[in-house]
Amino acid sequence: MVAKILIVAEHAGGKLNPSTAKCVACASSIDGAQIDIAVFATDGAAVAAEAAKIQGVKTVLTVNNAANAEPLAAVLAPQVVAVAANYTHVFGPSTTFGKDLMPRVAALLGVGQLSDIAAVEGAYKFRRPVYAGNAIITVEAPQDKKLVATVRTASFQAAAQGGSAGVEVANVSASLPSHTRFVSRSAAATGRPDLQTAARVVSGGRALGSADNFKIIFSLADKIGAAVGASRAAVDAGYAANELQVGQTGKIIAPELYVAVGISGAIQHLTGIKDARTIVAINKDTEAPIFEVADIGLVGDLFTVLPELERVAG
Amino acid sequence: MIDEAFGGTVLSKILVGLKRVVDYNVRVRVKPDGTGVVTDGVKMSINPFDEIALEEALRIKEQGATTEITEVIVVSIGPADTQQQLRTGLAMGADRAILVQTDSPVEPLAAAKIFLQLVEKESPQIVLLGKQGIDDDNNQTGQMLAALWDRPQATFASKVELEGGKAKVTREVDAGLETIEVDLPAVFTTDLRLNEPRYVKLPDIMKAKKKPLDTVVIDSLGVDTAPQFKTTKYEPPAARSKGIMVKDVAELVAALKQKGLA
Ligand SMILES: Cc1cc2nc3c(=O)[nH]c(=O)nc-3n(C[C@H](O)[C@H](O)[C@H](O)COP(=O)(O)OP(=O)(O)OC[C@H]3O[C@@H](n4cnc5c(N)ncnc54)[C@H](O)[C@@H]3O)c2cc1C
Repeated sequence: MVAKILIVAEHAGGKLNPSTAKCVACASSIDGAQIDIAVFATDGAAVAAEAAKIQGVKTVLTVNNAANAEPLAAVLAPQVVAVAANYTHVFGPSTTFGKDLMPRVAALLGVGQLSDIAAVEGAYKFRRPVYAGNAIITVEAPQDKKLVATVRTASFQAAAQGGSAGVEVANVSASLPSHTRFVSRSAAATGRPDLQTAARVVSGGRALGSADNFKIIFSLADKIGAAVGASRAAVDAGYAANELQVGQTGKIIAPELYVAVGISGAIQHLTGIKDARTIVAINKDTEAPIFEVADIGLVGDLFTVLPELERVAG
Repeated sequence: MIDEAFGGTVLSKILVGLKRVVDYNVRVRVKPDGTGVVTDGVKMSINPFDEIALEEALRIKEQGATTEITEVIVVSIGPADTQQQLRTGLAMGADRAILVQTDSPVEPLAAAKIFLQLVEKESPQIVLLGKQGIDDDNNQTGQMLAALWDRPQATFASKVELEGGKAKVTREVDAGLETIEVDLPAVFTTDLRLNEPRYVKLPDIMKAKKKPLDTVVIDSLGVDTAPQFKTTKYEPPAARSKGIMVKDVAELVAALKQKGLA
């Protein structure tokens, strides 16, 4: 049986999120899979054109509806269900967008959902982390049911550009609820690289001590063209914004370089960075668990190390 | 039940899910034979996100003013020992507890169906669940319940404001913070910044012993709980190769250069 996979595109401001190309990469590792992407938007033409360029995609479907101006799971889910009828698999990214939406889709379809696919072993066999990444499980899904899943974006390299999929407008008739309404979104326009896709990330922890001190993290990051991350402790304390939290319950990332500054290395944090190519740890405590996973460790006071590093780096 | 007092819809009950999980401080290890993780003799606790959910429910009830919550009910699906976590929930301030007893693992869809049964029986205005269990890290049950119930979901909540029959919920999303408005009844799932759960005091533990804790046999709910997914293997994560320690910034930069990173 050929796997027919529908991927729900994530997009904002008329731009496709890189998580979509990562879902395509995941789907492409299923032998013989036929991959389509669905774009739900008010006018999805621009996003669909971008999606059509991802290699491995056969058709991009656009579902245009004024109700799709903002990605509300309750509004999108019935439409995804309608489009999903002809597919064996429905994938979304394990970003907050996908985590919000895909379980709702699955439940409407009357099936379970597989979270955070980290590796493909077959069309119905996957590996995924549990217990904050302390265990990797192999999971088999039933072949007689539609498989709804989220893809752990840190585990896949975005599928290459250069494709030329067909774009079709799909008409979907689904009754959409009005019980959920978008009010506002505050996204800090920082001009810095996006944490989820950045090649380099500098993260600060509780040791920074204040939002003001945390500026030295931003400053080093800017010097080396990195995104900024933070531990939960730093976010809880208000030194850094919530969207910067890296870890089990924040963002799972896989940069080329991760610099952990004044972060102890709790398991919940480490699970967010274990796919990083090179981890650098700066911590004044020789015994800090972060040194167990660091490729390069430096024991020292961050407040003397960082200014020095900033002077010579970049 | 919805009271029509105070000239408008007044909220009644909040249902809170409490999952029993391996405590977050435990370093979970895979069994040598790959059939699961070691849970024998391991400390079990309320899933931290569920503790936040209960705290929020209690605060909503305590606020009183515009919202009248008469009852906070904690619900868990799990083995008999889960009574411990429910008692802790009662000690925190919940009014009563329901244990849906089972020794088998229950997948999120089945859990959502069980919650739906209880929702139909109790008619809560709000169901508060943690965004994810720190065991399976699934992040599904709240969304699934909302779908089956055909009601709104406000996931990853960091702020909840109730106004009449509506709620304004701020959500932690990848881009930052998003605010949505939902009609009640609705399902909320909690994120870390929603609140800081209270500590349980000794007298409250004593008082909690007298609060009602009903046990429901899972089969009596008529829900199909047969698992859809089969876990065939547990493995420890791949270990990272041993790193080096450098003594100063100059050495650090040299090491980065060697890796082509500086
Ligand atoms: C349900 C749940 C979910 C969680 N999810 C996450 C998550 O997603 N991400 C996450 O990060 N955490 C998460 N946590 C929290 C996690 O358990 C830790 O509490 C947190 O990661 C600690 O942050 P930290 O390393 O900044 O602080 P600490 O553990 O306090 O470490 C601070 C470090 O700074 C060092 N230090 C202090 N001063 C200096 C100095 N001057 N120079 C250099 N080093 C210094 C100290 O030696 C120490 O190692 C979660 C916890 C729970 C219960």
